[in-house]
Amino acid sequence: MTDATPILECENLCLSYFTRAGEIPAVVDFNLKVMPGEAVGIVGESGCGKSTVALAIMQYLGNNGRIVSGAIRFMGRDLTTMSEEELRQLRGSKIAMVYQEPMASLNPSMTIANQLMEVPLFHDDDCDEKEARKRALEMLENVRLPDPARIMEAYPHQISGGQQQRVVIAMALLSNPNLLLLDEPTTALDVTVEAGIVQLIKEISERFGTSMIYISHNLGLILETCDRITVMYSGEAVEEGSVEQVFDMMRHPYTRGLFHSIPLPGADKNARPLMPIRGQLPLPHERPKGCNFGPRCDFFQEGVCDSGPIAMETVPDHQRHVTRCARFAEIDWDAETEVAAAGAAANLGEVVLRVENMKKYYELRDTSLMALISGKTSRTVKANEKLDFEAREAETVAIVGESGCGKSTFAKVMMGLETATEGHIYLDGKDLANTTVQKRKAQVVGHLQMVFQNPFDTLNPSHTVGNQIARVIRKFGVEQDPEKVKARVMELLDIVKLPRDFYKRRPRQLSGGQKQRVGIARAFAGNPRVVIADEPVSALDVSVQAAVSQLLMDIQRENRTTLVFISHDLSLVRYLADRVVVMYLGTIAEQGTTDEVFAPPYHPYTEALLSAVPIADTRIKKKEIVLQGDIPSAVNPPPGCPFQTRCPRKIGTICETEAPPIREFGPGHRIACHIAPEELEAMDPVITMPAKEAAA
Amino acid sequence: MASVAAPTPGSPDVPTVPLMVRLAQPRILIVLAALTWLPLVAYVMFDASRLVLLPAIPSVLLLWALAMLNWRESTVALIGATLVCFWLLIAVSVPFLPLVDPNQPVQPFVKPFSEARDQFFWLGTDFRGRDMLSRALWGCQRVIVWGVTATATAYVIGTTLGLIAGYLAGWWDELISFIGNVILSFPVMVLFIVILTYFGPSGFNIIVAVTFASAPAIMRIVRGLTLDIKTRDYVFAAQTRGEKPFYIMVVELLPNARGPIIVDACLRLGYTTVAITTLTFLGLGLQPPDPDWGLMIKEAASSALLFQFSYMLLVPALSVSSLILGFNLLADGLREMSLRD
Repeated sequence: MTDATPILECENLCLSYFTRAGEIPAVVDFNLKVMPGEAVGIVGESGCGKSTVALAIMQYLGNNGRIVSGAIRFMGRDLTTMSEEELRQLRGSKIAMVYQEPMASLNPSMTIANQLMEVPLFHDDDCDEKEARKRALEMLENVRLPDPARIMEAYPHQISGGQQQRVVIAMALLSNPNLLLLDEPTTALDVTVEAGIVQLIKEISERFGTSMIYISHNLGLILETCDRITVMYSGEAVEEGSVEQVFDMMRHPYTRGLFHSIPLPGADKNARPLMPIRGQLPLPHERPKGCNFGPRCDFFQEGVCDSGPIAMETVPDHQRHVTRCARFAEIDWDAETEVAAAGAAANLGEVVLRVENMKKYYELRDTSLMALISGKTSRTVKANEKLDFEAREAETVAIVGESGCGKSTFAKVMMGLETATEGHIYLDGKDLANTTVQKRKAQVVGHLQMVFQNPFDTLNPSHTVGNQIARVIRKFGVEQDPEKVKARVMELLDIVKLPRDFYKRRPRQLSGGQKQRVGIARAFAGNPRVVIADEPVSALDVSVQAAVSQLLMDIQRENRTTLVFISHDLSLVRYLADRVVVMYLGTIAEQGTTDEVFAPPYHPYTEALLSAVPIADTRIKKKEIVLQGDIPSAVNPPPGCPFQTRCPRKIGTICETEAPPIREFGPGHRIACHIAPEELEAMDPVITMPAKEAAA
Repeated sequence: MASVAAPTPGSPDVPTVPLMVRLAQPRILIVLAALTWLPLVAYVMFDASRLVLLPAIPSVLLLWALAMLNWRESTVALIGATLVCFWLLIAVSVPFLPLVDPNQPVQPFVKPFSEARDQFFWLGTDFRGRDMLSRALWGCQRVIVWGVTATATAYVIGTTLGLIAGYLAGWWDELISFIGNVILSFPVMVLFIVILTYFGPSGFNIIVAVTFASAPAIMRIVRGLTLDIKTRDYVFAAQTRGEKPFYIMVVELLPNARGPIIVDACLRLGYTTVAITTLTFLGLGLQPPDPDWGLMIKEAASSALLFQFSYMLLVPALSVSSLILGFNLLADGLREMSLRD
């Protein structure tokens, strides 16, 4: 294999952006080799230069980006010396790219057929329209789209996100490329839809033998799709090798840090907490001398790590495994990392929050002429149907579900921005379901606070951090005296581990993780009883995610706050939740303690969700369950069991006609399914670990 | 940044900020603008003594210096700011300049750069024998004062309505948008003429007319911005705190809509200046004999038919163009800078 010409080879590639502030090196000394049929993953956090590499391969660096030195060879020819015309011939035919946002890569004013047919018509001279249409249709079948003939005539907005991404992949494959670049192709999609795309990508590499570069921040996805992996940090490749080598025998402290900060099965918030990487990614023009990871590294040694540029070195006895660490030979890689201080499990108090039979229906008015004629002028959207659960003091209850499952509606009703259609929400025994936030007492409002998802939206960019926290303190009457308010803000900044001079900063001067910390400080400023965290870390980088979720749990433990944690990330939920509520299309599919939900008996949807979440651990064996189709719209939910349209274990017409009964499998462990309890009990676990590990 | 063990990076060293940069704070800018504006209004609208204009002169100079320092990245903005500040400076200092009385006839039809009755006329005299230079410089006062005041009034009303329509939505939105659309469907000039013939021509009625014509467009812009901003999490956070709608509109929404609003205000100042000049030209705006650019153009319209007297038209026309160009370049520059980061 070594004598074959690589499909793509980057050699000592240095890329820079030229801005008003001067030259900013985005990627330094980057080497990559993609062999025919090989899938290479590039993994790294935001700002590490992985997308810049992809753009450089496509030669799309823009006006201010330039290749400073090095070469990119595609099948032996240097891309950097090619003319614009040669590049145009190459792009889209020999090299194809799939972007993150499927809606943005399709032209909204053209039918799918026209967009797909363009590819062969442009790149293949002896291809007429009929032939192009035939090929397009075939390719849509190849990417497993249901009813390709209908999709051919559709416009992009008429099909779902998952289908759009399949169309984009079909478009990329139409010209039979030698190299396929995938830049975070599933980040914008739901977990179960993502699993389908990942399966498709695996199939493609097997069937077409296309070489792939898969860019992602998710180690689990790389494990499922790739043969080789390059880990990037701050503009440099820090480690490269086969997936097994890097996952099991990592030789760079950053890679190791990454693995310690993602919640793998076996991590536990009390016994084995996550180990976040301390500090922050340095800005491109503030990179330290020597090793870029030096300031955040546990193995940093003055004089060795900060003396000068560190070269990539081959790890002895490992084939094609290189690392950029000056001390990799000295570090004892097998040593068990010191476990962060284990905390005692919180003992749960009395019930703080009880949701009883809560329903939220929206009425949609249709004022179109057709609706008036047919007499259907209003339809109800059942956003929440019969929610029933409770949360105790100091308990973490996770609500898990994909988009459209009604979790945001539930949060809105809880916070009092909407009132429930039916049912009750008791906070400390008081019913809140029918009082809007305006009618609640300040104290009650203060007892129920929220942490938001998007760090870039959570703080008002026009006001200083201090003022925004102080407003909450005054509003809920915790303190009124200006001096005391300020003192309390400072105290809160200390609690969320931010320097005190952030008081005067504006949000734009903060990084995503820091903003999220301020968001947490703001939520806890009113001494809340219950905090709802709506995907608080999903927009953050892996290493920051660990630190922020750890912080959230520490504060919760300290204040004995009840945390309602809304998330789609099952790995994280398994790690930090005490109880889990799985929602699908506005109804609760399953609920119970974390151990109960993550072990059989499962609801078929829980089973599929568990299987869909990629896990970055080579030892783990997973059952492969890929759901067909997309999540139905809440406007038009299927009759009977809401999950019946996608359920792989559907038992018959009963699923289509009757709502499933809620069966109790243990105290508090409830599953809503028609399948006989004995059969559910007999399910195999989705995730299995080797016996030795499972015991630990 | 060697082995710093702190979990979060320490604050970057705060370098000693030069005085001029430190002055560029919203609070100080507002004070400077008020110091320029209030004396001008007092002098032009309420016939105050010219001494009230004294504090305005250093304020304008300081504003210009701040603009020069802070907008270095945009040449267009610098040119715009210089043009606007030039006319502002003229407006506040013209009573102190050694000029001939603008309403005093000396000798008619004196050509520019020539002498008559022992006086040198840089820009000549008009058909009544009044000094063109003096009239052009005095003329800027009225255009600027009435133009900016009218635009500001339109903005206060338009922004309020836009915030209400955008944030409260529902019936408020339906009602405000409907009235706005009805007003917008009239040609602007027709609207001006109808209002001014009905109420009678005067400075205050110009404000009414401009507000009527501009507020719906401003309302639409602010409404659009509000619809976008109100979906942000920080607004949601304020709602879940139980904040009143008024607080959310003024504290959470308005400051974040300011960027596009300021850019649009600069453009609209240009339109308003054109409109006021046009109205005066039509005889519906400010009344003679006090100098005013629109009035000067109107009065010159018949005499300037002869080429040798075209300067009577050119001087006021170029003056008004340069001021409008200044506002437009300023708007362009501000937009350019806001898009950069």
